[in-house]
Amino acid sequence: MNLARYRFVLTRPLQLLPVLLGISLITFVLVRSIPGDPARVLLGARSTPDAIQKIRAQFGLDEPIWVQYLYFLKNLLNGDLGQSLLYRVDALKLIATRIEPTLMLVFGSVLLALLIAVPLATLAARNKGGWIDNLIRVFTTAGLGLPAFWLGLMLILLFSVHWGLFPVSGYGRGWPEKLHHLVLPCLTIALALSAVLVRNLRASMLVEMQSDQVTAARARGLSENAVFRRHVLPNSMVPTVNLLAVNIGWLISGTVVIESLFSLPGIGQLLVRGIFTRDYMVVQGVAMVLACATVAVNFIADIVTTAIDPRVKIQ
Amino acid sequence: MSSPSIAIPSRWRLRWNLGDGRLTLYFGLAIVLGWGLLALLAPWVAPYDPLLQNGDLRLMAPSLAHPFGTDNFGRDILSRVIWGARIDLQMALVGVIFPFLLGTCIGAISGYIGGRLDAVCMRLIDIVLAFPFLVLMLAIMAILGPGLGSFYIAMALVGWVSYARLIRSQILILKESDFALAARSLGFSHRRILFGHLMPNALFSSVVFCMSDAVLVLLNGAAVSYLGLGVQPPTAEWGTMVAEGQSFITSAWWICTFPGLAVVTLAMGFSLLADGVAERLGDRS
Amino acid sequence: MSTPLLQVEDLSVIVRNDQRDVAVVDRLSFSLGEGEILGLVGESGSGKTMACRALMRLLPSPKLRVEGTAVRLDGTDLLQLDDAGMRRMRGRELGMIFQNPSSHLDPLMRIGEQIAEGIRLHQGASRREARTEAIEVLRQVGIPDPQSRVDNYPHEFSGGMRQRAMIAVALGCNPKVLIADEPTTALDVTVQAQILRLLLDLRDRRGLSMILISHDLGVVAQTCDSIAVMYAGRLCEHGSKMQILKRPQHPYSAGLLACHPAADSGQRLMNTIGGQPPLLGDMPAGCRFGTRCGLASPMCREHLPQLREISPGHRLACHTPLLHGVAS
Repeated sequence: MNLARYRFVLTRPLQLLPVLLGISLITFVLVRSIPGDPARVLLGARSTPDAIQKIRAQFGLDEPIWVQYLYFLKNLLNGDLGQSLLYRVDALKLIATRIEPTLMLVFGSVLLALLIAVPLATLAARNKGGWIDNLIRVFTTAGLGLPAFWLGLMLILLFSVHWGLFPVSGYGRGWPEKLHHLVLPCLTIALALSAVLVRNLRASMLVEMQSDQVTAARARGLSENAVFRRHVLPNSMVPTVNLLAVNIGWLISGTVVIESLFSLPGIGQLLVRGIFTRDYMVVQGVAMVLACATVAVNFIADIVTTAIDPRVKIQ
Repeated sequence: MSSPSIAIPSRWRLRWNLGDGRLTLYFGLAIVLGWGLLALLAPWVAPYDPLLQNGDLRLMAPSLAHPFGTDNFGRDILSRVIWGARIDLQMALVGVIFPFLLGTCIGAISGYIGGRLDAVCMRLIDIVLAFPFLVLMLAIMAILGPGLGSFYIAMALVGWVSYARLIRSQILILKESDFALAARSLGFSHRRILFGHLMPNALFSSVVFCMSDAVLVLLNGAAVSYLGLGVQPPTAEWGTMVAEGQSFITSAWWICTFPGLAVVTLAMGFSLLADGVAERLGDRS
Repeated sequence: MSTPLLQVEDLSVIVRNDQRDVAVVDRLSFSLGEGEILGLVGESGSGKTMACRALMRLLPSPKLRVEGTAVRLDGTDLLQLDDAGMRRMRGRELGMIFQNPSSHLDPLMRIGEQIAEGIRLHQGASRREARTEAIEVLRQVGIPDPQSRVDNYPHEFSGGMRQRAMIAVALGCNPKVLIADEPTTALDVTVQAQILRLLLDLRDRRGLSMILISHDLGVVAQTCDSIAVMYAGRLCEHGSKMQILKRPQHPYSAGLLACHPAADSGQRLMNTIGGQPPLLGDMPAGCRFGTRCGLASPMCREHLPQLREISPGHRLACHTPLLHGVAS
């Protein structure tokens, strides 16, 4: 097979190194900008001059700032993101126990968003200018201006309070229960995301429907449905995958809000709680993990694009 | 990696209009101006004091006296929504201006000077873009503490990248253009060439982008306030009001419904305005 | 010749512009026998591509519509067919290949898959049969090592190979008539000759009839049995290759011939026909070539010349035909 096309899989991480380093630098600077002496913050009420001195020496806080950054990097490479002040456990371990709901939420909403967006975009593109197209356009324009937290509440109002179909909040135990709890949060993000997707997918479909290769497919006698399914759809999905990758940061931002709204025990909720309890190590850890995840998703999107689009060659 | 802050921006200009860009533009303008007028005239238009608590009127359903109902402190929701327009409009406008100024300056200088400075700036932009927008904002606000001021600072620190990229790409093209060369051959100073000659031409797309960015800033501001880090109660702000109403969602749906609708209409106003402006002026750039 | 395979009568393509109908193709009539190759020649914008798109009913814009008396293909009047009926004709009866093979092949689909698409649709073949058939068709169009090439993507083919692949896609449907729209224009000269030879070869082996659209008289001279010259949406002259090339009677045909470098290879500067074709919305009342014609008479300016047969198989629409077929 043509493995040369995937050579970037090996070389890209090297190019990403500066970005990852930058991420660590920014989080380091952020935590260091916290007003007050970190040792005093760490010790809280028990701070005596003696104890502060001891902590300072222990954590290298009496060294120059760039040495401290090197310590920080070294710890980072050992997977040590510091201790959560609130939970008294390793921040990374804490994040690991909370990652599942977040992952489920992200994947679930992307899946759901595609399930909503592809049919809607298809309908809109194939009835361009008709009433159904206009209706879908109204839906997407409204969707772009919808605050996710409010949309979620309205869904709760409708599905949970009014119809009693889904739980108001929480995560539950066991997969059936978890999935049941995930439906509304996923739907909330998916609705907002699909507004973006429909707009773009419809536009690429319209371009694709006018393309030469689609004319050629029609000249072969393929029915409009077959032309759409076999040629228009795959070709217009390529930019959509890129769009999803570009929007991953937005998606993660959305999960932070939605986890808080639905009390899902994910890392977004951990972040918000960490901010309120001044648990800086957790805030730092979550920010770093999410930034790295964003970088990773973009990297994966490149691989996916290469896989579905044989033309792509990445230098 | 590409594209700024949230989703779409570069795609917001998709020609997808109610037939004519003008209609979209005027409709958006009407909504935004309408909210602006309400905000300005809040003291006269709002039927009640937005902060006035009344124990006898707690959780009243919408009625003639209180068209949007009252909240758990007996405050009139309609009045709070109208007063909230002041804060939310301010948030959208100021929240756009700071990143715009910061990003424009950095982008212009980086693009004009080029070389190592430009390389460093581009790297910095890559790194900031690697963070999910809201996560970095929340992390910054965690340090600065809650409040509207922190929101503006965080917004500026995170939001400048989109403008910097936009301006930089424009400057890179313009600085090779004939009139820039002509200005240089006339012996003009770099500052005069950059700010007097290149900037006015480069700003166009950023100004258009500002409009759609206002939607994102508004939604972000409301979200940050909803999470409890932005505007603090008892000040009337739409995101905060939704958060306050959440506990009463089962018994008093109106508390969070109406402020949310206010966000939706204003956001739609801004995005229609952005679409309309892009449509009307799009071909010029 | 018995009844021709394809008979086109008064085919027009109308575009609706500002409440006004303008004919992009104006009452085109011709016939095509079995195994015949007809060259359709004219400047760009003369309506030759539009005419063929109209035969396929694949017009590029919904503003365009087809009118006409009849388009009979093997006894079926295509103009009477509904969309579903027309779809059954496409590929199976009427195949088409295009100018730019790169953009007319789906970049995300393997070549073999694209060929198999038509085979499965029109011959009801299974996936595996279609693949075997696709390899066979690839072999016929001269792709080396078709067994492995069948799984390639279009971008892995060179320009000439892509054109062969596109021909293979059309052949997979096994059409009676193949419309080739400038099949060699985007290719190198050496590759051009190979593709033309392939088309001739296919005609000989499969008895395929073809309409070959080209602006290049050289291409047409090498391949076609008969030639139809179009100008501004109308047919000016139609006859056998010899009639048109040796004794062109329409000043425009003669002009085209004179423009061709091979016509007088000694000359350094090529001849050109002065002026521009008339604009669509602004057609002269008389002969459409009148404004550029050296022989135009007052009659030409007022009356649109009708196509009439001047000798067996040779039709002409001109008031002031050339008598000796010498370039003016």
